[in-house]
Amino acid sequence: MPTLTYRDALNQALREEMQRDPDVFLMGEEVGVYQGAYKVSRGLLEEFGPNRVVDTPITELGFAGVGVGAAMVGLRPIIEFMTWNFALLAIDQLVNSAAKMRYMSGGQVGVPIVFRGPSGSALQLAAQHSQSFESMYANIPGLKVVMPATPADAKGLLKSAVRDDDPIVFMEGEMLYNVKGEVPEGEYTLPIGVADIKRPGEHVTLVCHAKTVAIALKAAQQLEADGISAEVIDLRTIRPLDTAAIFESVGKTHRCVVVEEGWPFAGVGAQVVDEIQREVFDELDGPVLRVTGADVPMPYNKRLEKAAKVDADKVVDAVRKVTYTANS
Amino acid sequence: MATKVLMEALSPTMEEGRLVEWKKKEGDTVSAGDVLAEVETDKAVMDLVARAGGTLLKQLVTAGTTVPVAEVVAVIGQPGEEVAVEKPAGAKAAAPAPVAPPAPAAQVAAPAAPAPSAAPQTAPAPRPSERIKASPLARKIATERGVDLALVQGSGPDGRIVIKDLESARSGRVAPTAAPAAGAAVAMAPGEAYRDVPLSQIRKTIAKRLVQSIGPVPTFYLTTEVDMERVWDAREALNAGGRKGAEGESPKISFNDIVIKAVASALRQHPACNAWWQEDHIRYWNEVHVSMAVAVEEGLITPVIRYTDQKTLRQISLESRDLAARARERRLTPNEYSGGTFSVSNLGMFDIDQFTAVINPPEAGILAVGTIEQKAVVHEGALVPRRRMRITMSCDHRVIDGATGAAFLRTLKTMLENPLALVW
Repeated sequence: MPTLTYRDALNQALREEMQRDPDVFLMGEEVGVYQGAYKVSRGLLEEFGPNRVVDTPITELGFAGVGVGAAMVGLRPIIEFMTWNFALLAIDQLVNSAAKMRYMSGGQVGVPIVFRGPSGSALQLAAQHSQSFESMYANIPGLKVVMPATPADAKGLLKSAVRDDDPIVFMEGEMLYNVKGEVPEGEYTLPIGVADIKRPGEHVTLVCHAKTVAIALKAAQQLEADGISAEVIDLRTIRPLDTAAIFESVGKTHRCVVVEEGWPFAGVGAQVVDEIQREVFDELDGPVLRVTGADVPMPYNKRLEKAAKVDADKVVDAVRKVTYTANS
Repeated sequence: MATKVLMEALSPTMEEGRLVEWKKKEGDTVSAGDVLAEVETDKAVMDLVARAGGTLLKQLVTAGTTVPVAEVVAVIGQPGEEVAVEKPAGAKAAAPAPVAPPAPAAQVAAPAAPAPSAAPQTAPAPRPSERIKASPLARKIATERGVDLALVQGSGPDGRIVIKDLESARSGRVAPTAAPAAGAAVAMAPGEAYRDVPLSQIRKTIAKRLVQSIGPVPTFYLTTEVDMERVWDAREALNAGGRKGAEGESPKISFNDIVIKAVASALRQHPACNAWWQEDHIRYWNEVHVSMAVAVEEGLITPVIRYTDQKTLRQISLESRDLAARARERRLTPNEYSGGTFSVSNLGMFDIDQFTAVINPPEAGILAVGTIEQKAVVHEGALVPRRRMRITMSCDHRVIDGATGAAFLRTLKTMLENPLALVW
């Protein structure tokens, strides 16, 4: 199996889907001539021409709306946001048009569209460009929120997203584009709404997604040295949430820590904790803890930024608490 | 600030309790922990304890009244303090209950939290004692195993009982002395209280088919007759040879004591019969806790002699008398009549030749013991009178197969016919 970067796996998925279906087209800022701000669309303009790889002005609300309209009349647009921070300008199209159309037309008009782009913090991009909005979009009935953590998942999930008949918020990790991994060649799709056990374990379940998967795996490795075996569940899809996978794992380990890059208040982890306490209360041997980004605008200062972010040590600390192995 | 005294759930299954007797009068000074009243639960008579100090201002129910759990039965406060509590609506008193309009009755049914006191006491159902902190999992497992959480030391934050405390509570109590013999299918590691064995396909099928055939506990019965001459002589000798011991005078050893001792020793050799049916698996116990059926005035109860196999005949004798006596007075605590791994029921004293006893789930077996009587039997080629006793084992076929039960009975019979085997 060839080894690809996350970036090239996405590129492969886009190319294959555009080859497969002439209704699929890509639109966004710098996707064509510049080949994408993060080079995800490299070579696509050359292969598919300017009718299917469309450079737009800096008008997020405008081109998101064009995309929704195109989807309503039968095309399958992929709208690239240079980052999800910029997509805030387009949120009315996502929430009030894309997410609502199937419902408000009585099922007559679906919106098969993918909004995609990088999400989360990188390094010293400061408060306005270091944000994770998945819980905000996952809050909206009518939107599906997909967040791959590995190159193979990126390919499999993006191909499924393009084929899905409903609007999809597809969030890529800005810091994941250079991550390498084995990616199956050719036709390879992964179902939306299915979590993946990235590492089996016995004593504690680490629920994570996107960038925090690598952090959870690193924490699991540190914990292994102390005889604590952690199961790492990558949600892959925030909504629909694969609660069955979470319940099964917590039923086995009886302890759980939810890790996410975003802010704590009403975050993805809050939903996961709610599901767990409601459905598998009797399986719990302690409270479910959450490790999240700090509840502040992301500091620009390097040390403060590090302190505000999730890291493996914070995950290890939380695991020690839920397994009652903290040295206190 | 007055404190309401609620009818507490004094056993896991208690829904209402009969207030047998008030131990404190109105106007008495009480401290937290004092016994206010005796309450008869569905299983035993237990103490209702004051949770706060002060003066017993008001008794809201009279002795003899049956009160649902969580109803207010009394009020403790400062002398002269005004008491604004209605009589429990659900109380089944001898006198006709006053007909209350629906709305206030509903208010009474949901006991109000004791107003803005410091501690957040919002839970409507009171705990039998100071609230025991335990994780949900620990609570579930404790219920399944019949473990009384009040007896477990919690190691979590604020003394929270977590699952590992239940594990250590088990393995820490008494270290098994003898390695389990035989029972190849149920090999256990030393120090293990029990081993859960998932159901094999054949066990699942056996369980399913038998339940369809005969009922929820598919039981079969094995009977054998035991020659009791040697036990008879041994018991005579034991009881004649002076009963003074280090712990004072011991009671007469009964035949039932000897049967219990032999059953426990035989179970040690046949762990396949010392097991619980747990629906999706079988729990084979490494510990032997024999339940003994005791007839009480209104029915029967099965107190448990714990670690029976590790106790001497004398200890078993003392303990069984104590348990039986307190069972008749209904003074047993719930943990004294739960958690058995096998039962013995004896109707010998009623001149019953043989009978079949009903299995006490989740245990998988019970031994029904008949009377000892002289019979004409062929012994060493001659027709002679011998003392004989019939024992019948009821087996849960989902756990114990015919041959398994028969092997256990053969060991038991050998032990009883040669009582020296008990010290072997």
